[in-house]
Amino acid sequence: MTPLLGIERLAVGFPVRGRMIPVVDDVSLSIGERETLCLVGESGSGKSLTALAVMRLVPVPGRILRGTIRLRGRDLLTLSESEMCAVRGAEIGMVFQEPSAALNPVMTIGDQVAEPLVLHGRAGRREAFAEAVRLLEAVGIRDAAARARDYPHQLSGGQRQRAVIAAALACRPALVIADEPTTALDARVQAEVLDLLRELQTQYGLALLLVTHDPGVVARMADRVAVMYAGRIVEQGPVRRILGSPAHPYTRGLLASMPGAGRSRLFAIEGSVPDPAAMPPGCAFEPRCGERLDVCRDAVPDLVPVDGGQFARCVHAAARNR
Amino acid sequence: MALLEVRNLTKEFRRGSLFRREPPLRALDDVSFSIDGGEIFGLVGESGSGKTTAARCILRLIEPTSGEVRFDGENVLAAGRAEMRALRRRMQIVFQDPWSSLNPRMRIGEIVEEPLSIHGIGTRAARRERVDELLALVGLDPGWRHRYPDELSGGQRQRVGIARAIALGPSFLIADEPVSALDLSVQAQVLNLLLDLRERLGLTCLFIAHDLRLVRQVCNRVAVLYRGRLVELARTDDLFTAPRHPYTQALIGAMPSTDPDVRAVRAVFNPEEMNPGATLVEVAPGHWAAT
Repeated sequence: MTPLLGIERLAVGFPVRGRMIPVVDDVSLSIGERETLCLVGESGSGKSLTALAVMRLVPVPGRILRGTIRLRGRDLLTLSESEMCAVRGAEIGMVFQEPSAALNPVMTIGDQVAEPLVLHGRAGRREAFAEAVRLLEAVGIRDAAARARDYPHQLSGGQRQRAVIAAALACRPALVIADEPTTALDARVQAEVLDLLRELQTQYGLALLLVTHDPGVVARMADRVAVMYAGRIVEQGPVRRILGSPAHPYTRGLLASMPGAGRSRLFAIEGSVPDPAAMPPGCAFEPRCGERLDVCRDAVPDLVPVDGGQFARCVHAAARNR
Repeated sequence: MALLEVRNLTKEFRRGSLFRREPPLRALDDVSFSIDGGEIFGLVGESGSGKTTAARCILRLIEPTSGEVRFDGENVLAAGRAEMRALRRRMQIVFQDPWSSLNPRMRIGEIVEEPLSIHGIGTRAARRERVDELLALVGLDPGWRHRYPDELSGGQRQRVGIARAIALGPSFLIADEPVSALDLSVQAQVLNLLLDLRERLGLTCLFIAHDLRLVRQVCNRVAVLYRGRLVELARTDDLFTAPRHPYTQALIGAMPSTDPDVRAVRAVFNPEEMNPGATLVEVAPGHWAAT
């Protein structure tokens, strides 16, 4: 069966000191209809760049080096720019971290939610505005008809993000890509917006590619999880497996460094993420890993199956397989 | 014994313009608490709740409208210039954003040395030696003293901010969201550093955060701020196991868990249910709530 979105061996490069360095490498992912995949990682892991690559919005001077990205079987990387424009905002909806940066400050909320409908020729201006009001209602904005005539600064941060979600849904996309959609919001508002996304997902039959650094968001939202480290997927699988029995030492370390258990000192992964221009020859996590072996320095490990649909890029996981 | 006492602290900001007067915004409204020596005292609240305003008023980086702040018995708000200078050696702050809180034109060594030179401490050579010592203490290579902040990662910058804050040997440190701009794995490193330093240097801390998970992890007692007012104050365990105020209950209910089986079980807080005139009442020993 063809997945809704299938990414095969994606690599995205950025020039570092005159050389094109792959900062996303060998990323393969798939998302089924109505499924939520959480892409987890820290700054510089390549998670946001992977999401941007799907929309072909990798910022210059970066570019996609190789790979395929198929939406319902059609390779997005072979489309012309104008064909791609017809995909963005229509077949794929987008929600970014900062709602205030995503919204035009001098355009009313209603016009901005209506804009994709007009741009993609789905409706005339008046019709689109009426639909925008319905969408604003659907995302839980009270008194939507009045709020549609407000400007972004008249709304709270949570309401602004709801409006951005409404705009992302306007053309009824099958897939919504949300990059840290609740990171800029307070915890209570964050929980509300996440609940809203889940409700809308059921209601509109959406698949969700959710980029986050927060295991708490993963637990709340994911069906499946892919963990990225230094540009590669290091672990992938169903959410209960990844959070319950993580197979990669990085995933284990990340979960152990979550605060909240109240033992005073936290577990900390020592060291820092490697410089993309000076990657270790073998496993990228090896210099920080408490379970490293000599062989870890030899070659980048393969992503190997562990159990129950889980995969890990670690020699220990590979050894347990034999 | 209380090292820091805050009594009825109120801060109003003027609003409106030359042409249109609006009622002032009460960012802090009659806030009182005290912090014992050696304690890590948490102050939590959402954006706009007044946490940072409280920190700034305590250190007199801004002047409160009314109220009292006593540090080690001394009246901070009545202190003259010379007394304030002496107080600043003992009360320091680590800021949230390691990107904007360090002067990008100064080298790391200069940033850490600056408080020592401002306070005229030691000879140049002695100060340099102290800078190396401080950098090592926060886990940075003293050889990095010649680097500029933009050559450092977020976690490293925050270590520089911490080195600068402890340079004068303070006994009280305000940490205003010290790790919220950092990645999870780096957050743990910096938090552990703060805990180590607190122990080694005998610091008392006011730990300001919006992330309840962090507060639960490190604080002895916690105060909850809502729209400038304290609504609850308790020992950490009591606050998390038996929160009394509906706002605290909602905050705790919204805490993300890493268990996928406990999705969306939470309390919703309706501000209209709140009694706006309520003041803190001791509902259990050491547990205060404004209900």
